[in-house]
Amino acid sequence: MSTFAATEPPQSRTSPGFRLAMLLPGALVTFLLILFALGLVLFLAFRGNDGSLLGSGFTLANFATVLTDPLYWTVTLRSLAIAGLVTLATVVTAYPVAYYLAFHAGRRRGLLLFLVTLPFWTSYLLRVFAWKIVLAYNGVLNSALIESGVWSEPTLAFLNTPAAVVVTLAHAYAPFAILPIYVALDTIPKSLLEAASDLGARPFTSFRRVVLPNSMPGVLAAALVVFVPTVGDYVTPALVGGPASTMIGTLIQAEFGKANDWPFGAALSVAVMLVILAVVLVVRFADRRFGSRT
Amino acid sequence: MDARGGGRWLGAYVLAYLVFLYLPVLLIPLFSFNNSIQAAFPLQGFTLEWYGTLFGNSALSGALANSLVIGLIAATGATLCGITVSYMDLYGRSPLAATISAIARLPILIPGVIVGISLLILVNLIGFGPSRIAIVLGHILVALPTTVVVMRSRFAVIPKTIREAALDLGASDWTTFRRVMLPLSLPAIGSAFMLAFLTSFDEFIVAFFLAGTEPTLPLYIWSQLRFPKSLPTVMALGTAILAVSFVIAAFAEILRHRGLAAQRPAHADLPKPQQTERGELQWHST
Repeated sequence: MSTFAATEPPQSRTSPGFRLAMLLPGALVTFLLILFALGLVLFLAFRGNDGSLLGSGFTLANFATVLTDPLYWTVTLRSLAIAGLVTLATVVTAYPVAYYLAFHAGRRRGLLLFLVTLPFWTSYLLRVFAWKIVLAYNGVLNSALIESGVWSEPTLAFLNTPAAVVVTLAHAYAPFAILPIYVALDTIPKSLLEAASDLGARPFTSFRRVVLPNSMPGVLAAALVVFVPTVGDYVTPALVGGPASTMIGTLIQAEFGKANDWPFGAALSVAVMLVILAVVLVVRFADRRFGSRT
Repeated sequence: MDARGGGRWLGAYVLAYLVFLYLPVLLIPLFSFNNSIQAAFPLQGFTLEWYGTLFGNSALSGALANSLVIGLIAATGATLCGITVSYMDLYGRSPLAATISAIARLPILIPGVIVGISLLILVNLIGFGPSRIAIVLGHILVALPTTVVVMRSRFAVIPKTIREAALDLGASDWTTFRRVMLPLSLPAIGSAFMLAFLTSFDEFIVAFFLAGTEPTLPLYIWSQLRFPKSLPTVMALGTAILAVSFVIAAFAEILRHRGLAAQRPAHADLPKPQQTERGELQWHST
């Protein structure tokens, strides 16, 4: 059967041993640590809590509680609202930076790209902690405002508010949004912009009709990478949010911690994943529509 | 022209944006040298006292050792997976390899809390429970999208003809991979490893769920945040961590860009199918 091996195209000579060795590490990690582990969460979500690891019986009670208890609606809606605001703020503020990088940066592009990616690799916990020092009652912002005579008494209004959570998250996830938008802008053929201006489009018109629609896939990708981690965030509400900004990640942690009701925590996690899936599908759909123009 | 004026305004905006990006983080080093327990203005005076408190603290050095060991093992695992997954995705020509590559990039679409609890259930089921091994597994997962994206963009800019030439000259798959493709992507491997290490070293939430009795450095910081008195120590520690992170990340970025740029001028005369393949991390290639 291997008589013609020498004349076959290189790809089909792949030895089974090589394939197995190369596929094994990835297969182990993706199938066991990702798919099987997520499968366990789904399985556990349909079990009753009897204190054992995998619970007992089959029940829909966990989901019934998630759907009927107003607490979970409030917290889920709050998480969506906070993540939505953060996503909007991050993407809108990142867009001009990406635009500058793609069209105006010139020789400074490399350095600027480097500067905006660097915070991406620093400790998220420390970035959130920095905001705790800024917003605290006797913290940086209050003391600086008193020093400069803006007001005489420190205010409690900064820390432990949903607004603090939005600002902190928007700052922590800012670097995530720039790169996808920049890549989308950078791949727009320059000839397209020249054509627009040759055909008499003013700069703003060519931005609105050419650049913006062509960069939508990048904007949507940016929105997704900011929205997903923020909607389930635990650290920021815990450090700067206070009780009025409990988010869904906090509740999941509590079920696996103090409350010790893992099946219910699993059901909450499944609910969050379903919400995220819905958002991803909407983004995919929007991407199809905008993407078809290119 | 007004396009030029617009560029100037944009430039000012970018500058303001960078200040917003860096200023809060730079407050940590600023107040770590301040002679006061409070992080507040006016500054009280210069001191190195808080850095002194970092030494001789056995809980802290234990956490540091844990973080280093976990980071090195997890980075090795994640880099190994990143290399093999992206190589097979590009050259394996099998739906299985493509599926694995797609799933490997999935963790960025899962909030950290859910990654944490799913692995917590898994490690309890397997039997070793919350422990350093559990954190290593979690960090391989968290770093995997990065290593896959870095390695994939590197393999993609190596001209296909190089690999085909090696195979045509009779090199086996294994030889081609080890003697041709790996050496050509060495800078990217270094970059992927360092970024994976940083990801693990700075990771909090997954470790939060998977830690047994031996905390990592971020978990140690978290435990100290409850005590107002230890705030200056946390700031001194944070400054050290930020400095190390900046250096490693800078080095990794330089390596990654050099690896990607090296290929382009040399093959400027070739037709350029990889024109759009830039050196930037692109998480979603929809």
